[in-house]
Amino acid sequence: MSNRIHPLLILMTIVVYIFLLGPLIIIFGASVSDTTFLAFPPQGLTLHWYENIWEVSAFRRTIVTSLQVALLGTAIALLIGIPAAYALNRHRIQLPGWLSTLFILPILVPEIVIGFSLLRSVNVGLGIPVFYTLLIGHSLLVTPYVVRVVSASLASFDFSIEEAAISLGSHPVKTFFTIVLPNVRSGVIAAFILAFITSINDVSVSLFLTGPGISTLPIQILAHVEQFFDPTIASVSVLLMGLTITVMIIVERTLGLTIVAK
Amino acid sequence: MTLPLFIDNITAHYGKVKVLEDLSIHVGDGELVSLLGASGCGKTTTLRLVAGFLQPTSGTIRLGNKDLTRLPAHGRDIGLVFQNYALFPHLTVQQNVAFGLKQRKLATAERDKRAMEMLDLVGLANLAERLPAELSGGQKQRVALARALVIKPPLLMFDEPLSNLDAKLRVDMRVEIRELQRANGTTALYVTHDQEEAFSISDRVAIMNDGRIMQLDTPETLYQRPANSFVARFVGFENLIDLKVTERQGATVRAVAKDGSTLSLSQDRLGEIPDEFILATRPDGLVVSDHPEADGLPATLGLRTYLGRAYQYKCETGAGHLVGNGSLATPFEPSARVRLTPNPDQCAILRPE
Repeated sequence: MSNRIHPLLILMTIVVYIFLLGPLIIIFGASVSDTTFLAFPPQGLTLHWYENIWEVSAFRRTIVTSLQVALLGTAIALLIGIPAAYALNRHRIQLPGWLSTLFILPILVPEIVIGFSLLRSVNVGLGIPVFYTLLIGHSLLVTPYVVRVVSASLASFDFSIEEAAISLGSHPVKTFFTIVLPNVRSGVIAAFILAFITSINDVSVSLFLTGPGISTLPIQILAHVEQFFDPTIASVSVLLMGLTITVMIIVERTLGLTIVAK
Repeated sequence: MTLPLFIDNITAHYGKVKVLEDLSIHVGDGELVSLLGASGCGKTTTLRLVAGFLQPTSGTIRLGNKDLTRLPAHGRDIGLVFQNYALFPHLTVQQNVAFGLKQRKLATAERDKRAMEMLDLVGLANLAERLPAELSGGQKQRVALARALVIKPPLLMFDEPLSNLDAKLRVDMRVEIRELQRANGTTALYVTHDQEEAFSISDRVAIMNDGRIMQLDTPETLYQRPANSFVARFVGFENLIDLKVTERQGATVRAVAKDGSTLSLSQDRLGEIPDEFILATRPDGLVVSDHPEADGLPATLGLRTYLGRAYQYKCETGAGHLVGNGSLATPFEPSARVRLTPNPDQCAILRPE
């Protein structure tokens, strides 16, 4: 038996990596190009297009909106998703099987359908302002991730530990915070990160739910591309990538990425 | 402080399924009572009802004068020891033990002192700063025991506390549990499926089946004088022979089996024998012999197995399949024709059901 790796496998690996990383390298190159159009390989070297992000007020505004929606939306999803995951695991025997499926529905239903139906029902139908509709949309979009990831953590949690605490005189609500939560901490952090990244990168749902004066960064990028062709678009893309990568690095350093991949 | 436990006429359901029916147990002050039975017999359900994790459909649970029936679980003040230890994984051994004291709002210094005293008592003071994951099974169960005892509960409950330990440790731990329970004089309810464990540490044992108590008695009484055929089988009376009295002569009774074969039994050794009865015997209690004058049930032998102290035979008789023991000195071959003579010390008389 030979442990040598077949040359064809090495070649395929390289091709896959080029395929995956190539576009990112091109975008990065284009973002530092000293031209008024997207150019690769970059001609000259400038950080002007990064400065330009801040000069274009639409980008400034949408970055703030994106962060607001992602943070608030994720917070709402955690508030709904953690208790839901807890109940689904704690009372698995008593609860009907379809109930857990209900919480994955937003993943199964095409995002574009969610976006459109929320536009019709919540924004137009109920007359709720654009920002809140957007927030509802994102909360809905990311709640399944929270339920799934926290459920995975709770599945290996032994609920007799909770009963032990209660029998020792700890109120059930207090027990949840002092005993249950600390033991599924990694799941909650993983859920937060997955939800945050999903929200900040979302296009399909946001496309329908953004309105006059209120837009998210990915939607603004889309709008910008339709009108201009300058490298600002590349620098914003790099910024968005950087944000996602930073978050992932923080997870990797503190908890290891395996908990997100699980 | 320790209190007697009164469980009265408890009926409980899981959804529409009735799991306990009109169950009553009184555990005296400082007494250890075991609930013994196969899985699904309702023993753990009973314990969970007392702990407050389940609500009975009807009936009352009292601890001393206090009615627990509608009290939430965290207000019941009961020490619980779980099968899988249920230690808090994110807290150190000492923090685990101090947890109940913290809920009772004790000052930190007092808390730490009492937790350490208790850890000392179970021999784990040197491991106080460890996390549960760093302990062996036996050590974990000691921490669990310390955690339950440190709050000085009026009632201690054990849910199969030793089933995850290996055989040797199990014996050591049950002695330790009994000693600690005795020393503190704590009333205790102990759930197990292991007969030897239940009999060895309990003052009284309740043998349960299908949500009911079949017999609640001292281990000695259960072992020698089972009240019914279920308990008899449970404690090892493998042979149950239906008999009818045909003749009484002083203390001696002549009885006939359904195939017409007869036996003589002495009421001096077996207690009063009713006209219709079941003779329950352990394999030890049916002696296999080929003595021509032996008074006993005629039988044809089947498979012979070696037990070390005796040979055991499967026996075909007119009264059904029975299991008897024969001496090592005279082994019999399969299909030998023999007689089975009851040995009164290993027999019990049951009323027909």
